[in-house]
Amino acid sequence: MSEPMVRWEEMVQPGATWSHVLKRGTALRITDVEGGANVGAIFYNMECPAERYNIDTLKAQQVAHLSKGCVLYSDMGRILCSITEDTAGGHDPIGGCSNAALVRQKYGESRYQELRNDYYKNTRDSFLIELEKWGLGPRDLTPNVNFFSLLRVSGDGSIAYQPSTSGPGSFVELRAEMNVLTILNTCQHPLDPNPKYQPRPVHLAIRSVPAPREDDPCRTFRRENGRGFTLTERYFL
Amino acid sequence: MSEMNIVASKLDVSGATYRCVILAGEPWIREIQKGQYFRIVDLEGNQAADTLFYNAHDYSDRYSAQDTIREQRNLYLTTGTRLMSSAGNILLTIVADTCGRHDTLGGACATESNMVRYAIEKRHMHACRQSFVKAVMEWGHGMSKRDLTSNINFFMNVPVTPDGKLTFEDGVSEPGKYVEMHAEMDVLAVISNCPQLNNPCNAYNPTPIEVLIWDRQGS
Repeated sequence: MSEPMVRWEEMVQPGATWSHVLKRGTALRITDVEGGANVGAIFYNMECPAERYNIDTLKAQQVAHLSKGCVLYSDMGRILCSITEDTAGGHDPIGGCSNAALVRQKYGESRYQELRNDYYKNTRDSFLIELEKWGLGPRDLTPNVNFFSLLRVSGDGSIAYQPSTSGPGSFVELRAEMNVLTILNTCQHPLDPNPKYQPRPVHLAIRSVPAPREDDPCRTFRRENGRGFTLTERYFL
Repeated sequence: MSEMNIVASKLDVSGATYRCVILAGEPWIREIQKGQYFRIVDLEGNQAADTLFYNAHDYSDRYSAQDTIREQRNLYLTTGTRLMSSAGNILLTIVADTCGRHDTLGGACATESNMVRYAIEKRHMHACRQSFVKAVMEWGHGMSKRDLTSNINFFMNVPVTPDGKLTFEDGVSEPGKYVEMHAEMDVLAVISNCPQLNNPCNAYNPTPIEVLIWDRQGS
């Protein structure tokens, strides 16, 4: 079977923000072009944005990091997106996002006046600006996922940034199970030990995909996901 | 299990200026002033107290599990943990803890997540989010479901293994164990005393908790 045709391709520059309502029946492939990228991401049901990505994602699937087969749950028990492909080896749902104070402390002062579009961006402010464009605001900012980054958890609960295993060309694919407002930002992970501001670009590709079958690996990943897909399919009845 | 960090409080219960027993399945909401001490007691043991905090002067600035975990480089909350807000403020600091560790990754139970986690027929069962929604609606001030984000589960045990698995296990709490916080700014606290019957977070028997507040202590 040949790969369905890509309908939209785009590069997201280092430290930049991108948003779109991913339509049910399409899939977004995010490719770490150079290796070592980080993509902060937040998700909302665009028809009713009070429904949004939720930490239930972890307990429902009993995972502390996300990879192929996992789905992203909303607070309403429905599936926003499924992770249908992952060659990066796991993604961080815990570390959160950078903010202005953290970026200033790590990388120093930087202003548009001197650096033009290379000035230092941070993920929190970028999310807030993008949310506002969709009629949302600070009350709507939720925990985020960090694609292509991972944290190591020790037995005592301590966490540490795991040096990136995401090499050039590794990718993750998100299949939209609803019409999902997706906001992405390519700033570095807040725990990235690199002392330099060095965000990386990612490549995006959107294509149409068939509805998940009964034996879809995300549906069968856990029994919980089977019920999650049922509740999501009922939403569209 | 790793060694627990047990620290007792110096405050005497007789000096508390506010006391309230919260029955299982009930919500509670109240402002705590900067400098006050706030204690939650697990009266009968193994009872999850799902808790949200807000900057009392700006509810869009609220407790953030991700910021709290990242700032202390640890998943579990205990004495010394600074409870961070989404805008980078310290809301409260945990100053005493006789339980030893508390969860902030497990989220709050909801009728919808119960359908996913246990069975679609479980929709009717009471859940923390029902209590949270009721509490913020009655509080008013424009609060709504949009304000319900990541919460703390005091007394709940959700260990994460080094290979990335997350499980709900029997509580590590016992009757009379407590956690005590010092308010670093004026905060709004919202609690749902968890009614979950489908997993061991409340030992399958939800029971009352008590909250106490002491005024600023003289130096």
